[in-house]
Amino acid sequence: MKVVPLLKRIWPLMPVLASLAFILALLLIFGADPATAFQALWQGAFGSRDRLLGTLAFWIPLALCAIGLMLTFTAGLWNIGVEGQLILGSIGASWVALNLKGQPAWVLIPLELLAAMAAGALWAALSALLKTRGKVHEIFSGLALTNLAIILTNYLISGPWQPPEGGSFRGTQPFQEAALLPRLFDSRFSPLSLVLMSIALVIVAVLLGNTTWGLKLKALGRNSRSAFLLGVSSEREAVIAMMACGALAGLGGAVRVLSWFDSLRQSISGGIGFLALLVVMLSAYRMFWVPFVAFFFSAVLQGSITLQLRTQLHSSLGGILTGVLVLLTLLFGDYNHLRRLRKESRPDE
Amino acid sequence: MHIELRDIRKTFGDVRANDGISLAFEPGRIYGLLGENGAGKSTLMKILAGYQPADSGRILLNGQPAHFATPADALRRGVGMVYQDPLDFPPFTVLENYLLGRDRAVNLDFRQAAAELRAILDRYGFAVDMDAAIGSLSLGERQQLELVRLLAGGAQALILDEPTTGISASQKDALFATMRRMAAEEGKSIILVSHKLEEIQELCGHAFVLRKGQLVGETALPCPNRALVEMMFGQVPERTPRPPAAVEQPLLEISGLGVRTQRLTVGDINLSIRRGEVFGLAGLEGSGQALLMKAVAGLLPAASGRIALDGLDITHLDYHQTRAAGVAYVAAGRLEEGLIAGLSLTEHILLAAPRRDQTFFIRWGAARETTSGRIALCEVVGVPDSTAEQLSGGNQQRMLYAMLNEGLRLILLDQPTRGLDVRSADYIWELLYARRREGTAILFYSPDLDEIIERSDRIAVFSGGVMSRIVEAARTTADELGHLIGGQQ
Repeated sequence: MKVVPLLKRIWPLMPVLASLAFILALLLIFGADPATAFQALWQGAFGSRDRLLGTLAFWIPLALCAIGLMLTFTAGLWNIGVEGQLILGSIGASWVALNLKGQPAWVLIPLELLAAMAAGALWAALSALLKTRGKVHEIFSGLALTNLAIILTNYLISGPWQPPEGGSFRGTQPFQEAALLPRLFDSRFSPLSLVLMSIALVIVAVLLGNTTWGLKLKALGRNSRSAFLLGVSSEREAVIAMMACGALAGLGGAVRVLSWFDSLRQSISGGIGFLALLVVMLSAYRMFWVPFVAFFFSAVLQGSITLQLRTQLHSSLGGILTGVLVLLTLLFGDYNHLRRLRKESRPDE
Repeated sequence: MHIELRDIRKTFGDVRANDGISLAFEPGRIYGLLGENGAGKSTLMKILAGYQPADSGRILLNGQPAHFATPADALRRGVGMVYQDPLDFPPFTVLENYLLGRDRAVNLDFRQAAAELRAILDRYGFAVDMDAAIGSLSLGERQQLELVRLLAGGAQALILDEPTTGISASQKDALFATMRRMAAEEGKSIILVSHKLEEIQELCGHAFVLRKGQLVGETALPCPNRALVEMMFGQVPERTPRPPAAVEQPLLEISGLGVRTQRLTVGDINLSIRRGEVFGLAGLEGSGQALLMKAVAGLLPAASGRIALDGLDITHLDYHQTRAAGVAYVAAGRLEEGLIAGLSLTEHILLAAPRRDQTFFIRWGAARETTSGRIALCEVVGVPDSTAEQLSGGNQQRMLYAMLNEGLRLILLDQPTRGLDVRSADYIWELLYARRREGTAILFYSPDLDEIIERSDRIAVFSGGVMSRIVEAARTTADELGHLIGGQQ
């Protein structure tokens, strides 16, 4: 009987160990030296000041999306459209940056951020209303709206917002310096974005843990029928949760155009919205773990770029590692949950 | 088959559900297993049926020790159980449901299965359409199918958990006749889990009584009811006398109300319920009582007519608006409609509070205190931080009452004491009577005619969507109501 508590304690490590073993096997198959590979990965993520700042810069929008998703996941909503909401945020921020000329940074930046949050929230509201009014599942509307967002980006880049020297499908012309977020040491990392992300983290954590609204979301996510009977308005709360998530994703989109890049680009999101879904799942839907897991993802993905340069292995190895880790985590699940499934029972009447 | 249970123990957290129970069942006999809510009956039977393992103790079948990992395992050894809620598959037809889990071939042999199923149905006198969808059957018919599934699986011992809840009187008689035949002609052991003394007396030859997880007595049947009650409760509980009749002041006025759903249309209901009145609705499940209550609660739209509460027209208010107007609706399902698995009792109380009492930030300390008071009042065995699914069925039911707010004008109850033993049910009614003294009216449906007659001031009977004349509870009998249920005026 002593095995069980021990197993329980090390259970969360199982998927980590298993995915490391999987990657190890993959490296050996391709004839790479695992030690070199992992060292390159580490170097790539944290090896120098610039690399560390790069990892931080990639982390911020990812964490913002994941924090927003905590709201929708808690309410039982599969907000797959977070990717599109992030892209719309980029477009919103770009619109302000390109159209308000000659304004100082302290006017431009708040307006850009607000426009980004509004655009993301609007895109999410479409998904939410399609669900509550049109009975369209948010997964399908989210995917469709994400595609529309990509098409809209391409249209803007090649059409109305193309650089004066002609459209190249690559991006708009770089924004005016005053429109960009102030960055540290010429890197892509903006300390202001870290501050905003931290504020978002605290606000969402408090909302979920200590407010009646957060409790309502939790109730909806677990049993919407009972929640309705207890007086929770499912439509209202679902729309608000989706819009709040969209606003945070939109803020992430603004960070992408205003500090990671300096213009609206073709693949502006870098898949961050979809990655954020994985981050939240790997965090077991716990707020505490979200920033750490997002940071881990960012480090692995940044590190694998160096991995490619050093070992000739493709940089998608980082993607494989995170993907396998999420799959295995979902597969192994929560030990207590698995046990419950086995013995779903109570002392009965 | 001879079944022996030796020193079965099972704990859930701090609760000793089974505390060293030893008993034996002989073939060809019908046993009753009695006990109040939480006595450990269902736990013990679920252990015997392989649904959950015991912490310790042994099961002997014909003297051989047996270990069941799953219910299917138990059925292979000849032990089958019919649960309170059937474990069938509503979208399937009867035949498909029968095949499910029996035939593992890729190409299913429907013809042979149909023949097998027909043979079993005929042998036990069950009349079920094999092509009907499970979802369209009554609870009684679905129960018969569960029995068929177990019999086809070779069950030698059958356990039935509260089999007569929610089925009609004629279905009950048919079920009892079948059980007698199975015991007498085929030598099967049958165990009936129930807290309805009349049924146990009527059907069983021997009764075991559990209390607080222990076997406290056994007796041959029939015997005086009083002796069984004493064993179940340790003493004979006093019934609360019903407080005097209602104040003559109309509260809920329904005129010409019609409700339509896909399955049933209820037409032209006229009803006036007085302040402080307890009004009972009788009838078979699905005869329209639930539709009436849902229409009043704002859960279903009224197709015609008018509903007024205290003079206020609430016909077209939605559920949340009706709720704000002082109407509470308590549904029959506990963890499906009312409680939320994974949320603590405190969180339930917070959610159920009227909107004006809900603050933006939750004051956890105060909320826990309120919850402690409420659950103490309603005798919920649990702490404010317990989650809903950790409560036993009876305590979940009591929790639904703990969530009722102050100052309600009307309480709508769908099967208010479903699955509760006599004493718990009596206590729930005591709480409801206290509300009634404040002027709250109560409109309820129960499948138990005795409960309706005993608890109501006035009664209306539903039959196929039609409401009968209204009868005074003090001047009616179960027999009269039975006729009305059958559609005779």
